[in-house]
Amino acid sequence: MADTLAKATGDGRREEMPLVEPSATTGLFEVFRRRYLLKLLVRREIAARYQGSFLGMLWSYINPLSQFFMFYVVIGVIMGLRNIENFGVHMFAGLIVVTFFNETFNAGTRSIRRNKGLVSKMAVPREMFPVASMMVSGFHMGPQLVILASACLLLGWVPDPVGMAALLLAVVIIMILGTGLALMFSVANVYFQDVGNAINVLTNFVRFGVPMIYPYTMVDDRFGPGLVDLYLANPIAQAVLLMQRAFWVGTTSDPAATASEQLPPNLFVLGSISVGVALVVLVVGQWVFSRFENRIPEHL
Amino acid sequence: MTESIIVDHASKRFTLRYHRTFKQMTVAMARRQEVSDTFWALDDVSFTVNQGESIGLMGLNGSGKSTLLKLVSGVMRPDRGKVLTRGRIAGLIAAKAGFHPQLTGRENIYINAAINGMTEAETERKFDEIVEFADIGRFLETPVGHYSSGMAARLGFAVSVSVDSDIFLADEVLAVGDKPFKAKCMERMQQIRDEGRTIFYVSHAAGSVRKMCDRVIVLEEGKVGFDGGVDEGIKYLHYDEPTGSQEEHVDDELGADV
Repeated sequence: MADTLAKATGDGRREEMPLVEPSATTGLFEVFRRRYLLKLLVRREIAARYQGSFLGMLWSYINPLSQFFMFYVVIGVIMGLRNIENFGVHMFAGLIVVTFFNETFNAGTRSIRRNKGLVSKMAVPREMFPVASMMVSGFHMGPQLVILASACLLLGWVPDPVGMAALLLAVVIIMILGTGLALMFSVANVYFQDVGNAINVLTNFVRFGVPMIYPYTMVDDRFGPGLVDLYLANPIAQAVLLMQRAFWVGTTSDPAATASEQLPPNLFVLGSISVGVALVVLVVGQWVFSRFENRIPEHL
Repeated sequence: MTESIIVDHASKRFTLRYHRTFKQMTVAMARRQEVSDTFWALDDVSFTVNQGESIGLMGLNGSGKSTLLKLVSGVMRPDRGKVLTRGRIAGLIAAKAGFHPQLTGRENIYINAAINGMTEAETERKFDEIVEFADIGRFLETPVGHYSSGMAARLGFAVSVSVDSDIFLADEVLAVGDKPFKAKCMERMQQIRDEGRTIFYVSHAAGSVRKMCDRVIVLEEGKVGFDGGVDEGIKYLHYDEPTGSQEEHVDDELGADV
C-alpha cells in the first residue's frame, strides 16, 4: 500500500535527521535563509497598509510631498533661507533618507509587539520583524526617489557614477543603522512599552541634527573643528551629505565648485567609516536582541 | 526506536510583576512590598517520546501544558535542562496566529504555510488540498477579517495538517468548528498518526485522548504527575468519573473551548 511505503521512507529520512533544540535557529543569518517567508511578510505589510484605502499606494507619494512642501514653505519661503541654490532639492534629498531612517526605527521598534500573535505562538526567527520593517520602509523610499530624480532631471542633473555610489552608500548606511537600532529597541519595547513612545520623540530630532534644512557650511562656520567632527560622526548626517552629493550637487550651476565648497572634503572616507559605525551598532543590536529575546513570549 | 522528543530536566520560570507603572513601582518599593515574584511553570520535567508515538498531554488549567508545548515547538527555551526534537514540527498551537485580517484567504494560506516552513513550490503543490480541506468555498478571495471564527480556524487547521511534519502538536484543536468539521479533524489526526508521525496532543477531553493517544502524560503544578497508559492517566485525573449530564458527555467526546 502507498501509505506503508510512505511510512517506510519517512522513517528512513527521520533516522538521518539529528536531534536539535527546536529553538536553536535564530539570528539575522536565519532571517536571510528564510527569505521566502521574509518576502511574504514584507509583501503582507505593504499590501495590508493600503488595503481598503481609496487612494492606495498613492499615499506613499502624498506623505513625503506634503512634508516637502511644509518644510519648503516654512524654511525656504517664510524664513528665507534662499542662499542655498535649489534649496528644495537640497532638502528633499536629505528628507528621503531621514524618513527612511525614522520609519525603520519607529516601525521596527514596534514590530515585535505588533506581531505578538505570531511571536508568542510560532517558532520563527524573531529578527524577521524588525528586518521586515526596514524593508517595508525601504520600499516606500522608491516613489520618493522617483520624484527626486525627476525634479533633478528637470533642473539639468546628469547622473554620474560617483553620485550613484554616494546614493548606494547613503542607503546602505541607513539600512544597517536602522536595522541595528530597530533590533535593539524592539526587544526593549517588549519589556517596556514606553520605549516606543520615547523613540517617537527621539526621531523628531533627527531632522534637525542633519544638514537638510540648513547647509553643511553653516555647521562648519558656527562650530569649532572639534564639534564639527562630532557632528559628522552621526551616520545619518553622513547619509544626508552623500545624498546631496548624489542629487543636489549635480543640479547646481557649477557642480565641481559646489562639491568642494559645500561638502566635507573626504566625503567617501567619512561615509565608509559611517558604514563601519552602523555595522558596530548592528552587531550590538543583534547581541542585545539575542540576549533578551528568550523572554519575549512571556512579556507579551 | 528513534527518539522524537527528548525533554531532559526542563524547567521554565516566569516572573510575575505586580506593579506595572513607574508610580506604582515607586510606591510599592517605598512601602517595602514585593515588586515581583517568580514561579516555576515547569519544574524539572523529563520524558522521552519515540517517533510515531501519540502522546496525550493532560492536566488542570495552569499546570504548565501550554508552556511545555511552547518549549517543544521552540517558541520558548527552557531556563534549565534541555529540550531536543527530531525533524520538522508543525501544529495547531495557533492556527490563526499568522493571519492578517485585511488579506484574503488565499494570501493568508501562502503566509501561514511559509511560517510553518513550507516553500513556495510546496505550497502551490498542496494549495488545492488545503482549500478543499478548509472548505471555505467562495470566501477564498475574501479578507480573513470577514470570516467567522470557525471558518478562520478551519483555514488555519487546513494549512497546519498539510505540512509534512515529523512532529504534530495540537493544543485543543477541536475547541472551535462545528460537529462535521470536528469529525473531519479527528479523522485527519488519525491519519497523521497512521503515517507514523509523532503526535503531541493537549486536551481536557478524555474521550478524544482515549481515541487518539497511546500514552498520557499528566502535568501537576509544573511537574510530571503521571506518565503511562491512557486509561490509567485518565483515571489518575479522575476524568473518568461519570458526571451524568448530557453536556459533559459531549465535552468528553470532542473537547470544549478552554
